[in-house]
Amino acid sequence: MNKIFEIPLYAYERSPDQDADTPVRRKVVVVGAGPIGLGAAIDFAQQGIEVVVLDDNDKVSFGSRAVCYAKRPLEILDRLGCGKPMVDKGVEWNIGKVFFDERQVYQFDLLPEDGHEFPAFINLQQYYFEEYMVNRVRELQAAGAPIEIRGNNKVLKVEEKGDHAAILVDTPEGQYDLEAEWLIACDGATSPIRGMMGLDFVGRIFEDNFLIADVIMDAEFPTERWFWFDPPFNKGQSALLHKQPDGVWRIDLQLGWDIDKEEEKKPENVIPRLKAMLGDDVEFELEWVSIYTFQCRRMETFRKGRVLFAGDAAHQVSPFGARGANSGLQDTDNLVWKMKLIFDGIADESLLDSYDYERIYGADENIMNSSRSTDFITPKSDMSRVLRDAVLDLSEVHEFARPLVNSGRLSVPCTYDGSPLNSADALLDGPARTRPGSPCPDVPLGDDFLLPKLGDKFTLLTIDAEAPESIEESGVTVTRLALSTKNDPTQMLKERFLGDAESGVYLIRPDQHVAARRPSFDENLIRAAIRRAIGKE
Amino acid sequence: MSDLTLAPNIAGADDFYAELLATHEGLSKSDSDALNARLVLVLANHIGDRAILTQALAAAALKSEE
Repeated sequence: MNKIFEIPLYAYERSPDQDADTPVRRKVVVVGAGPIGLGAAIDFAQQGIEVVVLDDNDKVSFGSRAVCYAKRPLEILDRLGCGKPMVDKGVEWNIGKVFFDERQVYQFDLLPEDGHEFPAFINLQQYYFEEYMVNRVRELQAAGAPIEIRGNNKVLKVEEKGDHAAILVDTPEGQYDLEAEWLIACDGATSPIRGMMGLDFVGRIFEDNFLIADVIMDAEFPTERWFWFDPPFNKGQSALLHKQPDGVWRIDLQLGWDIDKEEEKKPENVIPRLKAMLGDDVEFELEWVSIYTFQCRRMETFRKGRVLFAGDAAHQVSPFGARGANSGLQDTDNLVWKMKLIFDGIADESLLDSYDYERIYGADENIMNSSRSTDFITPKSDMSRVLRDAVLDLSEVHEFARPLVNSGRLSVPCTYDGSPLNSADALLDGPARTRPGSPCPDVPLGDDFLLPKLGDKFTLLTIDAEAPESIEESGVTVTRLALSTKNDPTQMLKERFLGDAESGVYLIRPDQHVAARRPSFDENLIRAAIRRAIGKE
Repeated sequence: MSDLTLAPNIAGADDFYAELLATHEGLSKSDSDALNARLVLVLANHIGDRAILTQALAAAALKSEE
């Protein structure tokens, strides 16, 4: 059977750059055609910036890999023109069940907040995710956008040269030199570029191994997330069962540290484990098996001159809580608009310091959350296990203990508190969730939603407040979006953006984060906030 | 902000202590450890106040106040 991940989607083709007498200098080169590299490339192309993606392979991800995608990345993907096919294909779930030993201790309902265009979470195989992104690249190409994916183009060497990066690329037809004004390294947790440049990547290695298996079965299991602590079929360890599209189920089994990885991956060893879990009478077919060990670590800085790192190349987290691909997409969402302003001569390169500040802040929050989940799932000391088991035993009887059960905290975007691009909060009665630095929450607006109206440009959102329709400041055009609580039947606009305030004026960045907010329009202060948001104040 | 009560606060202290011992009576070391852990969590939830809990953790660790 031919799976999508077995078909070359961006087969090698000879590029004229390989025949040039002197190395061709490209505006932006992205290395890695995974979710983060493709996300960056699509964003650049949509902004009209020339971008070349190099990948050492010619196919989408092998196996399901990252399978959970959260609301904020889906909103970003919608802006990139490929969020809706993912939601249509993906599996939505709300019910989770927690098992301890032989019994179910409790179940929960995520009870997602109403009034958002996108669900809290979907499950989708990474190969579909990448396929939809490649489709979007093809669509942009057909419309004449300057975007190109070069398959089987493996980067052998990168040198940062101050005003560009020099790249040596290997292909099936030999090597060629290429230059990039800017290089975005999205080459994954093992980032060869990070290694070539001798950059550090420090943090905590967790001494554990997990077997992940995709099985195809017509089972009666409902669309729920089941998590086992210390189950009879995997004593002393944990297990996870998750549904994906096409009748594919993702199973994660913790194996412990001292194992023979190659032995454990063999079907004759995997199948008995799965039978013990699923029951002898369940028919299944094994699609993909992998074993992973994980680490929680990040680079000290995500920028080295003209080379920028994003996604797992810059930071790696444990898989609990699905914070890998989800946070990586927020990296490039943060980066691309800043680079666009630099290319347009509106902002200085120093604006990229805020990429480091904001995304390191996000990475640290993700590392903290996923480390805590890992410490709960795999206790590191006797007392840690005693306390963990106490929480689980109590959770069966007493509701209070359930919030302490940690099998992964769902990925939510972080608020860039303290960012140099924020102006001080001047809407003092406003809700905390939309304070400066926050990603705008979605709000239903009749048949439409707020976030698509914000798009990828600076916006002045006015709620029951007067302001000019457009402001020009330091080369940035800010367009007004005027809304009113009089036309807010769900009251969600009021609840999410005004709270107890009578009116509000929000300056919103191209990545839909709040830069400043005030009760009313004040020209001098809004102009100062715009300058601050582009690193000019 | 309220402070952790470190002055005597349990009426019938001897009775409480005897009840605590009785609850552990006959348990193995590991079952007793588990019971203590559950007790800590039950009491911590009752207190709830994060600042008080931080003070309680420090008091239990026999750390003197700064």
